[in-house]
Amino acid sequence: MIDIISQPWHWAISGVMIVVVMALLLFLGQRFGVSSSFRHVCSAVGFGKNASYFDYNWKDHLWLMYFIFGSIVGGAIASTLLNDQEPIQLSLATIEHLKELNISHPGEAQYPIDLFSIESLFTIKGIILFIGGGFLIGFGTRYAGGCTSGHAISGLSNLQLPSLVAVIGFFIGGLLTTHVLLPIILNL
Amino acid sequence: MPKNLSFLSVGILFGVVMTKSEAISWYRIQEMFLFHSIHMYGIIGVAVVLGILLHQLIKRRKLNSFFGVPITIKAKPETYKASIIGGTLFGFGWAMTGACPGPLYVLLGHGAFVIIIVIISALFGTYVYGIIRDRLPH
Repeated sequence: MIDIISQPWHWAISGVMIVVVMALLLFLGQRFGVSSSFRHVCSAVGFGKNASYFDYNWKDHLWLMYFIFGSIVGGAIASTLLNDQEPIQLSLATIEHLKELNISHPGEAQYPIDLFSIESLFTIKGIILFIGGGFLIGFGTRYAGGCTSGHAISGLSNLQLPSLVAVIGFFIGGLLTTHVLLPIILNL
Repeated sequence: MPKNLSFLSVGILFGVVMTKSEAISWYRIQEMFLFHSIHMYGIIGVAVVLGILLHQLIKRRKLNSFFGVPITIKAKPETYKASIIGGTLFGFGWAMTGACPGPLYVLLGHGAFVIIIVIISALFGTYVYGIIRDRLPH
């Protein structure tokens, strides 16, 4: 059993399992959406005094904190006990493209280890990607009212037009970054 | 089972699914935006198609939650300017870090401690949004 789960999953299985997660949350009376956690944390540390956006009872959303704590635990379990240590089966075109951008051994881990290092936080590239990227995730998801889970999965599933517009936005930003910005940033 | 323990368990399942699906992989996100593989599109496509069926089933059959209350799904506010501008800004961040909010937390569990900085930056981004919200088009 463990051996079967430890293999890389086919995308169709993964898609089904995401719906299982969404269904369980719906039947537990909640909606699948992770980025609102940023707002709840801001509310919990008392920013309600600074902006009405954070002025509400964050404890009503405690379930999301349990869910997130679980997802950290799930990540730890999957990356150790359910890890077959095999490289990711990336397409050859992606591997070639990333090698040209000075990424060594694409696919060997889940992310480029050199880039995701503490040292890299002290480089211009690292500051742009992680501090700048993080800021845009927090600002953009709350501005748009959702992220991949809230808009792309839940919102589209519920045939929400604002979600479709948001997903188009996700792709405008993502495509510009991958095709235009990253080739510049990764060579800094 | 206490309610919070249920959410914790579903969270653990989510962490495993995100990892084994490789949706948390910076490489898979680049591959998606490069249109080099069906992988991420397949995951999202299957999830959305089955998700539509799930939502229709819940609505048409008026299904109850595990606690016996009717399941209500709140509509997203029709703030299209916010959707497109906020969505685009998030898209930049998604491709830069290779992670959206769910995977950010899952990656913490992988021991990718750089992610703590990304999460703190995201919290700061949300804080700034909260402060200037009234001055932004929605």
